[in-house]
Formats: sequence, structure tokens, C-alpha cells
Amino acid sequence: MPTVAPLDLEGHCVAAVFLDDVPHFALADGSIHRLDHGHKTEQANDGLLCAFHDSANDRLITGGEDGKVFAVQAGGAVEQLAEAGRKWITSVAAGPQGAIAYASGRTAFVRFADGKVKEFTHPRSVEGIAFAPKGMRIGVARYNGATLHFAATEGKPVELEWAGAHTGIAFSPDGNFLVTTMQENALHGWKLADGKHMRMTGYPAKVKSLSWSPKGRWLASSGAPAAIVWPFQGKDGPMGKAPLELGTRGNAMVTCVSCHPSQDVAAIGYDDGMVLAARFADGKEVLLRRPGKGAITSMAWDSEERRIAFGSAAGDCGVIDIAG
Amino acid sequence: MSDTQMSDTRSSETGAGESGAQIPVTVLTGYLGSGKTTLLNRILSENHGKRYAVIVNEFGEIGIDNDLIVESDEEIYEMNNGCVCCTVRGDLIRVVEGLMRRPGRFDAIVVETTGLADPAPVAQTFFMDDDVRSKTKLDAVVALVDAKHLPLRLKDSREAEDQIAFADVIVLNKTDLVSEDELRAVEATVRAINPAAKIHRTQRSGVDLAEVLNRGAFDLKRALENDPHFLEAHDHDHDHVCGPGCDHDHHHHHDGHDHHHHDHHGHDHASPIHDVTVQSVSLRGGEMDPKKFFPWIEKITQMEGPNILRLKGIVAFRDDPERYVIQGVHMIIEGDHQRAWKDNEKHESRLVFIGRELDADRLRKSFEACQAA
Repeated sequence: MPTVAPLDLEGHCVAAVFLDDVPHFALADGSIHRLDHGHKTEQANDGLLCAFHDSANDRLITGGEDGKVFAVQAGGAVEQLAEAGRKWITSVAAGPQGAIAYASGRTAFVRFADGKVKEFTHPRSVEGIAFAPKGMRIGVARYNGATLHFAATEGKPVELEWAGAHTGIAFSPDGNFLVTTMQENALHGWKLADGKHMRMTGYPAKVKSLSWSPKGRWLASSGAPAAIVWPFQGKDGPMGKAPLELGTRGNAMVTCVSCHPSQDVAAIGYDDGMVLAARFADGKEVLLRRPGKGAITSMAWDSEERRIAFGSAAGDCGVIDIAG
Repeated sequence: MSDTQMSDTRSSETGAGESGAQIPVTVLTGYLGSGKTTLLNRILSENHGKRYAVIVNEFGEIGIDNDLIVESDEEIYEMNNGCVCCTVRGDLIRVVEGLMRRPGRFDAIVVETTGLADPAPVAQTFFMDDDVRSKTKLDAVVALVDAKHLPLRLKDSREAEDQIAFADVIVLNKTDLVSEDELRAVEATVRAINPAAKIHRTQRSGVDLAEVLNRGAFDLKRALENDPHFLEAHDHDHDHVCGPGCDHDHHHHHDGHDHHHHDHHGHDHASPIHDVTVQSVSLRGGEMDPKKFFPWIEKITQMEGPNILRLKGIVAFRDDPERYVIQGVHMIIEGDHQRAWKDNEKHESRLVFIGRELDADRLRKSFEACQAA
């Protein structure tokens, strides 16, 4: 039987992650809470807006209202990595070789491990930013499409056009596909080899959470009363195929998804705080957490694939132990 | 390219979201030099017991250090629904979402637009985005107008006119820089563009903040309570386009407002205002048949949406004990029952369209055809 160790905090949880297998919770007020032989707290941004788990370096990159970017290490070390002025840092990402990227207004910044910073300005706001899995390459979600930059070289950016406002961005783990979330209730994808488009529509709400299954075989998404899981095994991605619908509920919306690190299983969080796990093969569900005070905003699996850290919009966070 | 559409037969309800009251949002428009910054500084510094988060395009001359002043790049995003007037401010969606994650910090939000901004995308953001809509509500669009320079502004820009047409509250500022005659002419011009807004004459943006903030102009339950004589019977034709000198007596024959009483010398509908392209069409009728009225308003806003800047009205439906209020921004319309008709109230329907290239005659005839037989 799964058990839940609750951690009741004050405020919106932006990110729940494991650093060195210790659960960490980053709140909108910039406080970073961890359960490390007791509840401990550090302070990052004055107003934390976005966070990205840099798994290669086992740290959490955060950006905020103070225009600053921090790295939070396991054990509680908080280091300021960058500052971009008075505007908000609206998106952060981590890439190969210790590089990070962050967005402020219409500019995307890449900071290399040696502290050197490169700027990429765009005619419209940088809505989302992500690193490709290989090569020093970033993707930027923007109005009417996405832009790809090779950050280490002086090359011309690659422009991928699709009408509409693109708000978030993710590369597939094999680097073959690029997917954006949109202001409208849809995902858009490009097959990078030939620029072919993939429209993934039919959501009743905006998609705010994406998660790739192991080896990028599936892409799970929020924005519906079920987790919508698109098949990406074929060379053309999900084109012409129907997605799986897992954990369908009649009276609640999925707000967060997080795929299991090695199996075709996803943790599914809902707007009422419930968390389920569902298996792709047969749709079988297991209840992991009963409804709570707020919508699930973030979830992460530990390296032993046994625990899930979760955060909510109301601050009722915690750790689920699947084995109990 | 391939379209992959998941089967979806379920309801389209959106997330329940967090509980708690919606935060009111005031939109502040006005041309450069109209006194917006002065008013903003007053809102931020005066002791009114409320805390405001302010979203600006540039910090500019706001001489106040405040964590809750957010600088944001104006991003007009067209929605992919084939409607050219369905635009939103993408940056506001993000900023409002960020601010609302820590709602305890402020009581209300003020959005300052650039001098040249079209207010429609700002207003539409608060209707078209589900997340923004669930957490905030548009309170009022306030336009600052420079009494001295308005005639010039109207000559060289459509935006100045749009801002007035769109407003719920108009602060006619810098009145000390013009003569009484000039002021009267400017006010008449403003009225001609927007007969439904409340006008305040001021100097140095010295309007009572209570007249600007927390107005509930978009709150269907409240909007028309603030203006109980909304579009009330005039002495003259109800579908005219007002000209200078036109007396809108519905605004100064009742108590409880500080509208400057001004003399007027009779109606002068013939006086042309050359630089005004916005017109208003006021309609009055009796009890309506809902089976006719709703398809009509639906069709009008679909077809004429790009030309309709604002629409407001009170509708009396046959056999309905409650007043129905309606409002719109371009193609977006909202309506709801407001309250029961009072015993002494005449069951009549009143609508005002503010826009461009409106066919007043056709609107009136089709509106009247919706009356219950």
C-alpha cells in the first residue's frame, strides 16, 4: 500500500524534486524546503517563478521576479548564477556541460559553466526555453513558432513557424522532436529532421505539464480529465495516431504528469490534489494520494523509483512511498 | 502535415482552481502626457489602505520603488480561432499567473498601457484566458484625456479615440490649460465618442481615487447600479450620434456623483466633429423575446465584432421578473440576470453600441424586431 508523508507549507509550490535523493520543494516566495533529517529551509529568489531540475549536476535552477537565477544544491547551498536586470526571469533550463539558459523579456541567455554569458534577442517575448539533449543547442518558444540557436557558435538561428502563441518547449530525449505547449488548448510538434508538423489538439484546457517516458517512447501531458499520452515510437511521432487516455476522471482535471524513470507508468496529479499512477500497457490505476487542498503543480521520482515528491498550488506537499 | 485529434466527448469544464475571491484589475489608458504617471504615482503612494500590484511597459518616470511594479513587454497575441479581433496580451497572462501565486501581497492590480495601446487586447485577456479569468476580474477601463491636446490627438491617431470609446471612466485632465468653452467642446467630443462612460474633470490627475478604482464596471451585477440612469430616456431621438453641446441629462439629474454640471445651449446635432470616426448607437425598446434576442445579439457580435468596441445594455424579457444585463468587447459578450425589476420600474430594454461603421438604422430595426409580440 502506498503511504504519504505530508509536508504542509504556506504557498504555491513551483517545483518538487529530489536532489541527492532528498525531497526539495521550491515555493513561489523563493523559499526552498527539504526533508533531510527534519524540515530545513533555504532562500533563493525574492519571488520564484520557474525552476528546472538539472539532473546531470543534481541541482535545481530557479528564476524569479528579482531578475536573478540561482542554483540550489543538495545539502542547501544556494548560489546566484546570473542577474538580468529588472525584468522577471520567466523560464530556466539546464543543458550539457554545466550550461544553463534563462529568459527575460525578449532575450534568451545562455550561461556556460565558465560563467561566460551569451545573449539571443528576439522580436517577441521568449515564452519558454529548453536545451536539446545533444550539442549546445537551445530552443525558444515564441509567438508564431520556435527558434533554435547553436549557443556555442555564431550560426544563423533555425526558425520553425506555426501560427499562434507558443508558451513552453521541450525536446524529445533522442533529440528528434520538438514539442511546444500553446496558449490555445493544444501542443505543436516538429520532426526536426524534415520540419514536419504535428498538431496535437482536442484538449479542453491549456497544457501546462509535459513528461517524456523512458527513451522518449511516449509523451504524457496535462490539460484534460485524463493524462493524454502521445505515442512517439514511430519515426513520424504521433502523426495519425490516437493518444492513450489514462486515469480518466469525470469531475477533475489533470494538472501535472511525471513519467516513471524506467517503466511505462506515469504519476498523474489532478486539480483537486489527487495523485494516481497508471500503466500505459493496460491503463491499470493505483491511487497514490487522496484529494488535498490544491491542484498538483509538480512531481518527481527518486532514483530508486520508489518515492514521488509532489507539490501543490496550496502548499500541501509531500512524499509518496509507493511500496509503503 | 498530419492532424492528430484525440477523441473527446467529455465536458469542457476547466480546473476548479484555488478558492478565493477574484482580484480586481483596473486598466489605465491614455496618451503620452495625459497624466497617467501622475495618477499611477498617486495610486501607489496615497494612504488609501489598499495595496496595488502595477504592471507597466516601462518603469519610466514612476519615482517609487516598489516590488510590486512589474515591467512587461507588451505582447499582442492573436488567437488561432479565425477571429481577427480576438487578441490578448500574452505577457499579461504570464505576469498575472505569477502574481497570483502569491495573492496575499496585494488587493488589486493596475495595468498601465502604453500611450498608443489599443485597450481591447488588454480587456479581452481577462475574458479569454481561463486561468486569468478564474483568478482576476476586469474592474474598469480608465482613460486619461489631456483636455488641451485631445483635438490634436484625434487628428493624428485612431488610438486616442479607441481609448475613449473603450473606457468606463474618463478622466478629463489638465482642465486648467483650456478655457471653459474649449473644455465644453472637448467634453462634448468625448461624449460623442462614448456616451456611456463617466467623465471626471480634473487638474494634475486630481480625481478622487474612489472614482477610478474598484468600480465594478465589468461586474454585471454592479455595473449598472453605479449608473442607475444608464441610457435613460432623453428628450430626443435615441439612435442619434451625439454631437457637441448634446446634453446627456442622465448624468446630472441625480445625486451621488461629482460630475461637473455644465451649461448647455440646446441640442446641436448638426455640429460635425471631423476627426471622430467612432460613433455610438443607443437603442431602446420594450420587452424582448429571448428566442429572438439571443440569436440576434449573437449574430450582430459575430458579424460586426471587429467594428464593435464596447456594448452595454439592460434587457427586459417578457415574463421574466429579473433585469438582464449584457456587455461586450468586440466579439465577446456576457450576460446575466442582475436583479428583480422594481415595482415602479418600466420594463424596457436599453442597449448602447460604441464602434465604427455601425449601421444605426439596421441595428435599430433588427433590435426592435426582437421585441415580444
